[in-house]
Amino acid sequence: MDSGSVFASLVQAPEDPILGVTVAYNKDPSPNKLNLGVGAYRTEEGKPLVLDVVRRAEQLLVNDQSRVKEYLPIVGLADFNKLSAKLIFGADSPAIQANRVATVQCLSGTGSLRVGAEFLARHYHQLTIYIPQPTWGNHPKVFTLAGLSVKTYRYYDPATRGLNFQGLLEDLGAATSGAIVLLHACAHNPTGVDPTLEQWEQIRQLMRSKGLLPFFDSAYQVVALVVWWITGGQIENMLGFASGSLDADAQPVRMFVADGGECLAAQSYAKNMGLYGERVGALSIVCKTADVASKVESQLKLVIRPMYSNPPIHGASIVATILKDSKMYDEWTVELKAMADRIISMRKQLFDALSARGTPGDWSHIIKQIGMFTFTGLNGEQVAFMTKEYHIYMTSDGRISMAGLSSKTVPHLADAIHAAVTRMG
Amino acid sequence: MRRFFTSTARRRCSTKNIAWWDHVLPAPKDPIFCVTEAFHADSSPNKINLGVGAYRDDEGRPVVLQCVREAEARIAGSRFLESNSAAVSSKMVEESVKLVFGQDSDVVNEGRFAGVQALSGTGACRLFAEFQRRFHPESRIYLPDPTWSNHHNIWRDAQVPAKNYHYYHPDSKGLNFSALIDDIKNAPDGSFFLLHPCAHNPTGVDPTEDQWKEISYQCKVKNHFPFFDMAYQGFASGDLEKDAQAIRIFLEDGHLIGCAQSFAKNMGLYEHRVGCLSILCNDSKQGAAVRSQLQQIASAMYGSPPVHGVLLVSTILSNPDMKSLWIEEVKMMLYRIQKMRTTLQESLENLDSPLNWENITKQVGLFFFSGLTPNQVEQLAREFHIYMTRDGRISMSGVTTGNVNYLANAIHEVTRSSKEETKILCNIGA
Repeated sequence: MDSGSVFASLVQAPEDPILGVTVAYNKDPSPNKLNLGVGAYRTEEGKPLVLDVVRRAEQLLVNDQSRVKEYLPIVGLADFNKLSAKLIFGADSPAIQANRVATVQCLSGTGSLRVGAEFLARHYHQLTIYIPQPTWGNHPKVFTLAGLSVKTYRYYDPATRGLNFQGLLEDLGAATSGAIVLLHACAHNPTGVDPTLEQWEQIRQLMRSKGLLPFFDSAYQVVALVVWWITGGQIENMLGFASGSLDADAQPVRMFVADGGECLAAQSYAKNMGLYGERVGALSIVCKTADVASKVESQLKLVIRPMYSNPPIHGASIVATILKDSKMYDEWTVELKAMADRIISMRKQLFDALSARGTPGDWSHIIKQIGMFTFTGLNGEQVAFMTKEYHIYMTSDGRISMAGLSSKTVPHLADAIHAAVTRMG
Repeated sequence: MRRFFTSTARRRCSTKNIAWWDHVLPAPKDPIFCVTEAFHADSSPNKINLGVGAYRDDEGRPVVLQCVREAEARIAGSRFLESNSAAVSSKMVEESVKLVFGQDSDVVNEGRFAGVQALSGTGACRLFAEFQRRFHPESRIYLPDPTWSNHHNIWRDAQVPAKNYHYYHPDSKGLNFSALIDDIKNAPDGSFFLLHPCAHNPTGVDPTEDQWKEISYQCKVKNHFPFFDMAYQGFASGDLEKDAQAIRIFLEDGHLIGCAQSFAKNMGLYEHRVGCLSILCNDSKQGAAVRSQLQQIASAMYGSPPVHGVLLVSTILSNPDMKSLWIEEVKMMLYRIQKMRTTLQESLENLDSPLNWENITKQVGLFFFSGLTPNQVEQLAREFHIYMTRDGRISMSGVTTGNVNYLANAIHEVTRSSKEETKILCNIGA
């Protein structure tokens, strides 16, 4: 009897647009090739970076013979959850002190978003989520597969290469009452364009008046802040003023919590601790009362158990070890500053290189945008040209990862941009 | 630098005072994990945890395998933490599937399968369930009665309806083989059947080799899709190859199976969430297509699995010395379990328990499906501080030389009266 596969009619799935860039890059034999696709930090030598403090934490864990490999609870490592909540909401957050926050360990930002979305699809009354235009490529899929229907709100203005604040207010103002709204807490991916604090306040008031539920995606906490902290008053920054406090990146989130309302927040430690592969993240739901938070936590467990039973311990243990030790915490911020310094330096070098070449156009957004990426404003054709002629790989929306650049490769990129802009308009 | 705005003063504005979650009810507790919770809450020095299926040594302590410690030392700090380490992933997948399909398997050599790492057994099952729903949206899954409780949750959350097929015979405490075969025959052609290839959870009752051959044959006649959940390879016989026998039979018969593998128990990697999902295909091209679809599903759920566990498994399985050590350590774990089975049975027999306890040593794997009623289970917890799941499933790894006699006495106590009921019923029948 013919036992053909029951899945014979299946077709090959399209490559993930972001990870597919790396696949294409790997296939390219050119010695000058440059990978500016995925947002993973690289050193000046183009190598992935393991933070020293992470290495030390890992060694401590390995050397601790008393540690055993038992299942974590469904909600994950308790220490990690508490410390993560403090990191984003503030150590003195009244919501935390009142036990109004349910925090569960999840698999990085993606996992936190998915678990949060599945919870909302089951228990929330309005199954529409508004996401910014543009946003991280994986957002629509995560929410759709969780059972939410996805709509967009205007965010980026290509003309100014800044925030389309009017459009944002209009679209959120017209949103169905009670709908969920995805907000990038800082260092918007892919544009690097963030609202100012004053703008955040207006967004908050509008959302609360319409009963819109905030769902924060915080993938870049601390990284963006440090970048911005270093630049101080030298570079006009989107948040409006300089700061010495590492709590700044979380400020938009804390504004929403401070008004006593409810919200969700997904955290990732992929970028800020370089723990991409270990899948470390947390989902927090801020509730009106401690009783509600407890019930919410119990329902989150029902989402997680049939998905993967309980989360992986390794990355969360590393994070907890670092966050709870003040010396290691300080060392972490110092290493982050070094990473941020390098990103800022790359931004400046690229900007200077384009100015030196007299490349037409206003390129100041390269040094204004926040975080790891620059949304160059190059169009699909220009991007394809740069890949074909200069072996430079980026996502087709023109987003480049500054962390993938080095002093050696900046001139090559500047040449490519110059050629693309002058030859293809 | 100016101080940052850190005021947490309550802001007044026209917010709708909506409490979003007031209608959320407390969720029922997970039937397996709540046993451990109850155990932890108990302060009795005699307490015994026979709930979750995690291996313990003879002092009741969790164990880190030596091969795992060596692998950890090898990889700590020397690798780069990169989620797209494709070479490591595919190595791990290849070594994993060889465990179930055979070291010299044609399927593996010719790449006629789709394999992805998954978040342990749960994650592998869930990935498959989502995949099944996407490409066979009208299908359902046939689950053995009984099965691991989370199987029902997994397929339900993937929105694939489930149906039970006969498996365990409560009277004989063995396999209800004829009813099982009937269910296979009566299911619509091309149905999806979930099978435990060895050490059935919770019953410990496995088909014989001949019975597996018959099951495979009947599935072939009906063109069913066999999905194996391999959570306990090594824990049935101590021999990894022997424990994969059912899968090999199906492969020989030409089935294109699916298989979920877990390294939680047999490598002791519980909290690292390491497993593998594989689906056999007609050729490597189709394998690539299926794999790409599985990765899409995973990427919208959690991105990629954590690299630490993947590295551990890959290191151990690729290194002949470490793999040999692992195989020995699996044998040692099973040896202790089997010893506890023998001891418990002997203790109960020595107490002159009139009930038949031969199933303790007949059943295989980590569990003894005791046949104790929910009332008896509750009595054991209340009076003797002994904890197990309500279905009477006892995790033998919680039994030690130190507590086996206490356990035997307790079981004897709670089953005395059931013996009297049986006697009365027999008299009535006579």
